[in-house]
Amino acid sequence: MAAIEVRQVSKHFGALQALAGIDLDIGEGEFFGLLGPNGAGKTTLISILAGLARANTGSVRIMGHDVSLDYRSARRALGVVPQELVFDPFFTVRETLRIQSGYFGMRANDRWIDEIMASLDLTGKADANMRALSGGMKRRVLVAQALVHKPPVIVLDEPTAGVDVELRKGLWQFIQRLNRDGHTIVLTTHYLEEAESMCGRIAMLKQGRVVALDSAANLVRRLHSLHLRVRLRSGEWPAALPAVDSGDARVVRLRSYGDVEPVLATLRAAECQIEDMELQQPDLEDVFLEIMRRE
Amino acid sequence: MTGFPTLLYKEVLRFWKVVFQTVAAPVLTALLYLLIFGQVMDQHVRVYEAVSYTAFLVPGLAMMSVLQNAFANSSSSLIQSKMTGNLVFVLLPPISYLEFFSAYVLAAVARGLVVGAGVLLVTLPFVELPVRELHWVVLFAIAGSAILGALGLIAAILADKIDQVSAFQNFLIMPLTFLSGVFYSVHALPPFWQRVSHFNPVFYMIDGFRHGFFGVSDVNPGMSFAVVAGCLVAVSAVALALLKSGYKLRY
Repeated sequence: MAAIEVRQVSKHFGALQALAGIDLDIGEGEFFGLLGPNGAGKTTLISILAGLARANTGSVRIMGHDVSLDYRSARRALGVVPQELVFDPFFTVRETLRIQSGYFGMRANDRWIDEIMASLDLTGKADANMRALSGGMKRRVLVAQALVHKPPVIVLDEPTAGVDVELRKGLWQFIQRLNRDGHTIVLTTHYLEEAESMCGRIAMLKQGRVVALDSAANLVRRLHSLHLRVRLRSGEWPAALPAVDSGDARVVRLRSYGDVEPVLATLRAAECQIEDMELQQPDLEDVFLEIMRRE
Repeated sequence: MTGFPTLLYKEVLRFWKVVFQTVAAPVLTALLYLLIFGQVMDQHVRVYEAVSYTAFLVPGLAMMSVLQNAFANSSSSLIQSKMTGNLVFVLLPPISYLEFFSAYVLAAVARGLVVGAGVLLVTLPFVELPVRELHWVVLFAIAGSAILGALGLIAAILADKIDQVSAFQNFLIMPLTFLSGVFYSVHALPPFWQRVSHFNPVFYMIDGFRHGFFGVSDVNPGMSFAVVAGCLVAVSAVALALLKSGYKLRY
């Protein structure tokens, strides 16, 4: 059974087509990344998963439960960390978490609440009012709130936006631990390095469509592109060899490692002497930019 | 019924945490009305034979406070949650629209009753208030505050900004509650305005509530309660339909 099953979901707001027929299966235990530029439909898709928005067509299941027909079971299976830094100014951290547990019908949940607070380094702030917390602390409470009912599927909508480096590292360690414990994780982020290092699979969204869906490694491989950066000591760059100027060097685009030798041969034939040479691997950011440009 | 008890608890805790503003302030306002109007009018107006004007005024003021605060509770809580975005915490859990409605309306009733009891309590030293038919006092207080609580929900659902809720409160709720016979008997009005008053549901709430104290009223309390119950059903139906459709709450 898929943890999340999205079938032909489309959603429009007036004339704006936010999602245009999304199909997606996310397996149990996956660490899944949802990437895309602003306005690509990531948050709309998450809102539909969470029941905060309703799809115009198509269906969504969380752990096999339809989000509108069987919304109680679907919502119980899902924990969502919203993108906006929202909080209820009337309550303390502990009250907030107790109330959130109660919404899911869980009373006497204090042991688990204490455990989450300890994991997120919130114990010292348990009795502080939400208003008195820093942005980073509020972000942690949002994560804690998403976890009070022990959901098997956790969705994080840009959890590290505006969060300092240390907290970001701590948060990711915690989320990776949840993943190791069997939770399915779906996240959106603008930090592509983070997505590349943590996500098993990645879907790239553009204008409401999935334009790429694969493991990070495969996506990078798919770009078929290596950059050979060459700086000459002497000699004229041969006109037959297309290259882009980059500072005092030139960059040649190659499809594979096999293309390196012909380039060197051409340079040798033109009696060029090489001062410095570097072969650059593409990363997820290059892939992302390439895909967004191409599609 | 999974999230309902907690949502109700949270809504009650919310106003209780700022009890000075949500209970003490309206009680003080009602007391000021009583001191000023009671002082000025007591010698000049007598609505019912055996009832002094000040005594007549107290149940009206109490009920007016009940109603205004019931409306204020549900409307301000929901619009604030909508504006700040923390409504998401209530929308994500498996809480049905019926549970949502019941929790907000019952919290509004609770706030209304607490404020109403407060008004009666602080006015005790000034008047001797009989309670002839307690069941009407209780029934009208609960039904009236439930109606205004549901109206508060509707206002907050429809509103996109906090000042739209204020407009609803200032231009609809305030006139309806003030022009309902709180300060006078509608029998003292010219015939045209008497007829207009009979189209104001708040008039029946106040009249019936007052009947519970003095055993006399402008309209038969059973008749008044039928009107009030009808309003409660109608307003609740609208609020429930809005909540069920997710209008302006779930997109």
